[in-house]
Amino acid sequence: MSMFWTVWISVITLGSILGCFLLLRWCLSNDTGIEEGASMGHVFDGIEELNNQLPRWWTILFYICLIWAIAYLILYPGLGSFKGVLGWTSSNQGVLSLEESKLALQKDIDEGNWNEYALQIKYANEKFDPIFAEYAKTPVELLAQNEGAVQVGQRLFLQNCAQCHGSNAKGAASGFPNLTDNDWLYGGSGDKIKETLILGRRGAMPGWLGSMGEDGVAEVVAYTLSLSGRDVDLDLKNAGKARFVVCAACHGIDGKGNQMLGAPNLTDNIWLYGGNQKTVTQTLYYGRNGVMPAFKETLGEDKVHVVAAYVFSLSQNK
Amino acid sequence: MSETSQAKHDYNYKVVRQFTIMTIVWGIVGMSLGVLIAAQLFAPALNFDIPWLTYSRLRPLHTNSVIFAFGGCALFATSYYIVQRTSQVRLFSDKLAAFTFWGWQAVIVAAVITLPMGYTSSKEYAELEWPIDILITLVWVAYCINFFGTLVIRKTSHIYVANWFLGAFMLTVAVLHIGNSMVVPVSFMKSYSIYAGAVDAMMQWWYGHNAVGFFLTAGFLGMMYYFVPKQAGRPVYSYRLSIVHFWALISLYIWAGPHHLHYTALPDWTQSLGMAMSIILFVPSWGGMINGIMTLSGAWHKLRTDPILRFLIVSLSFYGMSTFEGPMMAIKTVNALSHYTDWTIGHVHSGALGWVAMVTIGSIYHLVPILFGQPKMHSTKLINIHFWLATIGVVLYIVAMWMSGVLQGLMWRAVNADGTLTYSFVESLEASKPFYIVRFIGGLFVVTGMFIMAYNCYRTISAPKESIADNPATAGA
Repeated sequence: MSMFWTVWISVITLGSILGCFLLLRWCLSNDTGIEEGASMGHVFDGIEELNNQLPRWWTILFYICLIWAIAYLILYPGLGSFKGVLGWTSSNQGVLSLEESKLALQKDIDEGNWNEYALQIKYANEKFDPIFAEYAKTPVELLAQNEGAVQVGQRLFLQNCAQCHGSNAKGAASGFPNLTDNDWLYGGSGDKIKETLILGRRGAMPGWLGSMGEDGVAEVVAYTLSLSGRDVDLDLKNAGKARFVVCAACHGIDGKGNQMLGAPNLTDNIWLYGGNQKTVTQTLYYGRNGVMPAFKETLGEDKVHVVAAYVFSLSQNK
Repeated sequence: MSETSQAKHDYNYKVVRQFTIMTIVWGIVGMSLGVLIAAQLFAPALNFDIPWLTYSRLRPLHTNSVIFAFGGCALFATSYYIVQRTSQVRLFSDKLAAFTFWGWQAVIVAAVITLPMGYTSSKEYAELEWPIDILITLVWVAYCINFFGTLVIRKTSHIYVANWFLGAFMLTVAVLHIGNSMVVPVSFMKSYSIYAGAVDAMMQWWYGHNAVGFFLTAGFLGMMYYFVPKQAGRPVYSYRLSIVHFWALISLYIWAGPHHLHYTALPDWTQSLGMAMSIILFVPSWGGMINGIMTLSGAWHKLRTDPILRFLIVSLSFYGMSTFEGPMMAIKTVNALSHYTDWTIGHVHSGALGWVAMVTIGSIYHLVPILFGQPKMHSTKLINIHFWLATIGVVLYIVAMWMSGVLQGLMWRAVNADGTLTYSFVESLEASKPFYIVRFIGGLFVVTGMFIMAYNCYRTISAPKESIADNPATAGA
């Protein structure tokens, strides 16, 4: 901020506060020429006004607030680029990237500056990081048997994951996988779950309307539905089986999917976007793009470890 | 009552009558919408899966219709009435007055059509799209010309204090509306703000908070300064107090907007400055309450028999309470708990229902008999019933929202020994449900009172001349 604006802000601010002070002084002294408590003499539609003194407690309250405001503006930022004598900031407001933010945060923590956000992060890290570091020493599969750890994982899940996967982790047939059914797109070992959480995933199913046409897609849909035991038109199914060679590149010849690619198993009657004929047709027409965000930066690896233990535990009773 | 001065001065009461009737009509519409969306919060099926009835579209219609339709018509009616009576002169222009009435109704009807259709600028309390904004500006300029024109040709030597507040309200709302509604139109019903990012947010809350400060506070203080002394039959307590609190109030309010944006991307200095000024603002706000309540000195006994005066005094009490609560919530530490919770909703309604609606209702009960040539309202008993319905309704509403708000704030910040949050968001929503039901019941009380008022006004207006006996115990001024 340029000097001009700092002066502009300071003059108007302090001028307003001083103005209130002078106004109060002026109204406290009776300059009206009329005795205190008497009528001012003007009458408006029968309404008169009395010349009563301002209530004393109210006047004192006014002075206190004015003095408090000036003190506050000396101690804290308020008057343009003047930082305030306490050097308080809410956070590193000038940063433009995550990288910059981390550096600025670390600098404030190291130098002990009164940056409210930095102080809270420091406090939280010192207090809670050791708890999660301890959990991270146990492999995910074993940690999933530790009831306390699973509860912590569940709370993290409810805050960070439930928005898509639901509070009960059963997902939704709009592209959010059910995490309780032991059916895994990318693999269900502790390490694989952690990998999914840390790096995120991008599922891509191409659209086939252009190359196969409506009839071609209808055939493939019939074959696909037949893979999970549905009754379909035999002619369509057989024609679809021939076309499925293209699909097999990802979903496999037997349609059982490929966890290396995140290609779903098409034979288990578990559907990511819904298994009715219309929805499957829709999926084949236009393709699908699934995004699982990466949690490495937001939660950190130790917390991801505990979330992974919770997610792993969900499908262990099945 | 005031038949003599009316005959002597030939005031324009037609426009006052029109706006007074529409105040009641829009009050019922706006508050009923509020009750419907309050019910949707605990019974979402009540949107009947119809897009026009969803919470997201009806909520802005609720706020626009209670603030600008109900509150706006009330301010037009009373300001036109007050400025004529206290200036002892007929309105500057009858034609402009008629234009403001029909123009303002057109704005409201446009809002009733476009908001449920989903047309919105997405700025809170300024949702209406640019063609309607232009109409608002035209009506507002006509209103200002008419009001200040009347003050210019006044027959009294001084300008009465009520008119200071009304004038400040009109001028500032003009500046706020034009400033915040600056957009680049891209089609007939779509536009983009000319401000970007944090500047846009700051402009919006500069407007938003002063819609409260000038529309809902200064304007209604103008109303209070006429109807309280008039109904109590007492002189205004302190002329000097009115000077100091008027100038301090209008100069401080305009700074308070940033307290809506604590702990956001708004620069720290703007937030602190907004907070400091908001706290000083507490004192001049109470100046108005003191001046109103102390005006009753020597007339306290009238509260026992006059429910109209009771409405006015209880409105001042709610005004005092919410103007204490507001500066307190502007303190960053308190705001960290209260922001984004139902506490804010409770605060707004203690101002909107407790202060704005109650002072309006009291003023309307004072006005209707005068405007329609009757000695008094059809039924004092019904006014009394309305008073208790309104009071109980408001108390149920704000207590429910306080409890829900503080509960939400505490649940959102509760952490376990491992640093994880104790509750998920949906758990705080479940905890709020009983309070949403109580709030709905409070709203029902308030709306029921409004229907009783409409009936009472209808009976008063349609009663044959001389059929309502003038009982001295309930005559106002």
